[in-house]
Amino acid sequence: MTFEYHEPRELGPALDLLARHGQDAHLIAGGTATVLLLRQGLLRPGHVIGLRRIESLGGIARTSDGGLRIGAMATHRAVERSPMARAYSPALTDAFASVATIRIRNQATVGGNLAHADPAQDPPPMLAAFGATVTARSSRGERTIPVADLAVDHFTTSLAGDEIITEVVLPPIVEGTRAAYLKFLPKTADDYATVSVAATLRLASDGTVAAASIFLGAVGPTPIRARRVEDALRGRARGDIGEAAALVGEEIDPVDDARGSSEYKRRMARVWTERTLAQLLR
Amino acid sequence: MSTHRLRFKLNGADRDLEVPADRLLIDLLREDCGATGTKLGCGIGVCGACSVLVDGVLVSACLVPAVFVDATAIVTVEGLARDGALTPLQDSFIREGGFQCGICTPGQLIAATALLGEHPRPTRDEVRSWMMGNICRCTGYYGIERAIDRAAGAR
Repeated sequence: MTFEYHEPRELGPALDLLARHGQDAHLIAGGTATVLLLRQGLLRPGHVIGLRRIESLGGIARTSDGGLRIGAMATHRAVERSPMARAYSPALTDAFASVATIRIRNQATVGGNLAHADPAQDPPPMLAAFGATVTARSSRGERTIPVADLAVDHFTTSLAGDEIITEVVLPPIVEGTRAAYLKFLPKTADDYATVSVAATLRLASDGTVAAASIFLGAVGPTPIRARRVEDALRGRARGDIGEAAALVGEEIDPVDDARGSSEYKRRMARVWTERTLAQLLR
Repeated sequence: MSTHRLRFKLNGADRDLEVPADRLLIDLLREDCGATGTKLGCGIGVCGACSVLVDGVLVSACLVPAVFVDATAIVTVEGLARDGALTPLQDSFIREGGFQCGICTPGQLIAATALLGEHPRPTRDEVRSWMMGNICRCTGYYGIERAIDRAAGAR
């Protein structure tokens, strides 16, 4: 590790630094992931740009349309404890509260989590299920990226090298929508998920499923959208979900690791998808 | 490598020193400040041995870049007792057998101090969800729970 450390107080200078140093620069938000990558030699930047003093990247607030804006530098713990985030949806605060330990949640940030793009993380599937977007700024301008399209592979995002995530924006929730985040942890409570399921679901007036959005974590290179399950659920009645949940196995691509074999995770994905849907339809 | 001047408080005392950009808080405390009460365990933020408070916030010193603590106030295990008088929590750890070999104890005490700061009378679930990240190889968890309960009751 040998690098120049920069700690700009405004976003503009941070964007300039990033544009100037390109691939030789790396951002550090909370540091929980970046410190480990630096120490292991997996990152060898000449310049590290700390974002912690940039106040405009913080904050959690309801938007005027009833959605929620989470600043990129908000910590997981801040979201978990935010009355505004909880009022948006308890499933959202549940997903953030599921991450590791209080120590990690005190340090790790929402933007850092998304930029790190670890497929076993808890918040991304839930944010994607809510239809959240990130705002990415560079010295060239600003664009909006759906969280569902942000991760493109293991630890790889669709962000350009000169872009910084400034915020996550969750759209207003359609009335009557239910949401849940369930995390299967067969080992310890601070572990990454073996399988996790984030879902939102809305019922029509006749009690059948009008809309569903389902994303799984830890069972592929990115959060995986269970489109076949969503399609199969539409129009179904309560108590008629097992068949739809069983389709999840065709959509995921889990790897063998210390948290279970690929086959085991495939089976658990079906079980936990069904449990999540059952909870939402209770 | 850039170097950075850091001014912060460690257990109430002003510190002013220069560190390289890649210094970590755990090394700042142990090597640069000689505050060796905080232990390095796993080095990856899992075990809790290096738990410290930065501006009252519980973090793993092994995961925090030293440059992040400029202008903050840090509390380590050395900062708990005042003039040789143990805190009720430290006293409870002794009375309830809240440790065996002691290597995890500084982290346990700091984590429990943070817990009691936020929840003066924590529920069993709160105790477990806060202390879950502080590993004890001697399996002294029941003693640790009793110590926290006792300290909470003593308040």
